[in-house]
Amino acid sequence: MTALLGQVQLRDRSTGEASCVADNGFCPSWIADNFDRYVDPLLQHVFLTVVSLAIGFGISFGLALLAHRRRWLVGPITQVTGILYTLPSIAVFFLLLPLTGRGNTTALIALVAYTLLIIFRNVMAGLDGVPTEAKDAGRGMGLTRRQLLWRVELPLAVPEILAGLRIAATTTVGLATLAFFAGAGGLGEQIFADITFKSNVVTAGGLAVLLAAALDALILLAQRAVTPWARARA
Amino acid sequence: MNSPDTAQVEGPSARPEAATLEFRGATKRYPGQAEAAVENLSLEVPAGEICVLVGPSGCGKTTAMRMVNRMIDISEGDILLDGRSVKERDPARLRREIGYAIQQIGLFPHLTVAGNIATVPRLLGWDKQRIRERVDELLDLVSLDPADTRDRYPAQLSGGQRQRVGVARALAVDPPLMLMDEPFGAIDPINRERLQNEFLRLQREIHKTVVFVTHDIDEAIKMGDRIAVMQKGGKLAQYAPPAELLLHPQGKFVEDFVGADRALKRLALQRVREVDLWEAPLVREGESAAEARAKVASCEVPYPLLVNGDGRPLGWLSEQALAAERVQADPRSTAEPVVELDDVLRDALSDLLQHDTQYGPVVDEHGVVAGVLSVELIGDSLKAETEGEPSPA
Repeated sequence: MTALLGQVQLRDRSTGEASCVADNGFCPSWIADNFDRYVDPLLQHVFLTVVSLAIGFGISFGLALLAHRRRWLVGPITQVTGILYTLPSIAVFFLLLPLTGRGNTTALIALVAYTLLIIFRNVMAGLDGVPTEAKDAGRGMGLTRRQLLWRVELPLAVPEILAGLRIAATTTVGLATLAFFAGAGGLGEQIFADITFKSNVVTAGGLAVLLAAALDALILLAQRAVTPWARARA
Repeated sequence: MNSPDTAQVEGPSARPEAATLEFRGATKRYPGQAEAAVENLSLEVPAGEICVLVGPSGCGKTTAMRMVNRMIDISEGDILLDGRSVKERDPARLRREIGYAIQQIGLFPHLTVAGNIATVPRLLGWDKQRIRERVDELLDLVSLDPADTRDRYPAQLSGGQRQRVGVARALAVDPPLMLMDEPFGAIDPINRERLQNEFLRLQREIHKTVVFVTHDIDEAIKMGDRIAVMQKGGKLAQYAPPAELLLHPQGKFVEDFVGADRALKRLALQRVREVDLWEAPLVREGESAAEARAKVASCEVPYPLLVNGDGRPLGWLSEQALAAERVQADPRSTAEPVVELDDVLRDALSDLLQHDTQYGPVVDEHGVVAGVLSVELIGDSLKAETEGEPSPA
């Protein structure tokens, strides 16, 4: 822990009510006065989360389409992404440091690795859940494999796919709080910068929670917008 | 049965002709299986007829149907659509020309009714206006209200409505051939009968060549112009029009499959209008009782049938109603069941039995009494049909 604390620089607490701050308490006025110091870390956190989700989604989606065609790939892909998922994130950051150096690249590689299993499995589950008779009818009406995939199977898999993306988003926001170990900043850096000061921890931690909730809500709204049929009942 | 000639005249003009279909020694073998799924199947379906493939499960009827649009590849032999081998066609293009309706209907849950019906027209690149008009036309054709239905999702429809949409979707580009795999299989018996009748009525209009798969011999007899009975190993046991199948089943398998009650089943092939009905002793209120008694005496029905001024049946009269000088409107029982000329004898008989009565007034399309059908008459027509045939003891 000493090595860790040596690595992160302690921020000065400058302004605010002296007694509350001195007691490491929860001081609303201090938070109000110092809120702007959280803006940049928050934006960096958003950047890390959104970019790794986008890349992770691209890779997993591609892998899932591949495995959908060639079923034998499902096992190996699940195993490899599963191993990536279980690696301790801190270990991954430190293992990557010598290769990719401190900064966004290292952090993004690790964060992307964690999204793969979740998104891959959900895309697969979505595609596997498409009713057989809908596929049969589509084929029987003369849809080619590609048309069947894009016009029938994927639209019907959207709820599952986006459900996976929601889990991945929440997880990634959490994991990104450790990205500062890779020198990529984010809200985690703020938390560890003054981990004994409640006002600081609550503000930075709270922003991470809010970010996760906001992303979750955003994806849910998008899902409702693109799948009106999923709520259609007689 | 409607003859092809009349149906062609009635059908909407400017429609493509129905196709002829020929199985020519079509065989399907799966590797590692001793028995073929379909063995050397040869049969011809004339244009505009419904050919029913019927048999127990595992007899290869669905496999045979799916070979037509190449959902399953043909191992040996060939299938000709309008004289042309399906094997030389691109599967996707071929399938777009063949209507396809399956048991679970397979509507796309994420598309509206209109979107579902528009599937093949969109593949063929029709413009939006043409698609919209076609969707409404088809919904009308299958007795659904376009304004109410077109923007609904399949989950918002009843089973019967979904089935109708499935048929409309299969008919979207007016294919010369339709494949239907137990299309009414998942529907309750009452709606099933209604959908069957509707489809037969529709078929009289559109006059398609249809390959219809079912495991239900009653459905086969009702729907088929020709019936192909298949047995295990994908072998064709008999291919014949329904009446011939029931009169002359070839071999033990077909005999068992059509059932010991095949004489009764033939009642499904005959309509009330084909029977030489009894004359009804029609009386009206206020008529002279003596005249009414004279009418009853001259008819085979022992009771006078009270009708209204338009000739519609009101009920059967009792003795007391004729006791006075004038006929009293005092029916001893209602006129139920009222039979229609277009009913098949099987349904009419079942109505009579259900109402626990010997006689039913028969009405024409205007509801006017055309005669009386009795259980005895139905018995006579059964006897007449079975004459010359060895009893199936």
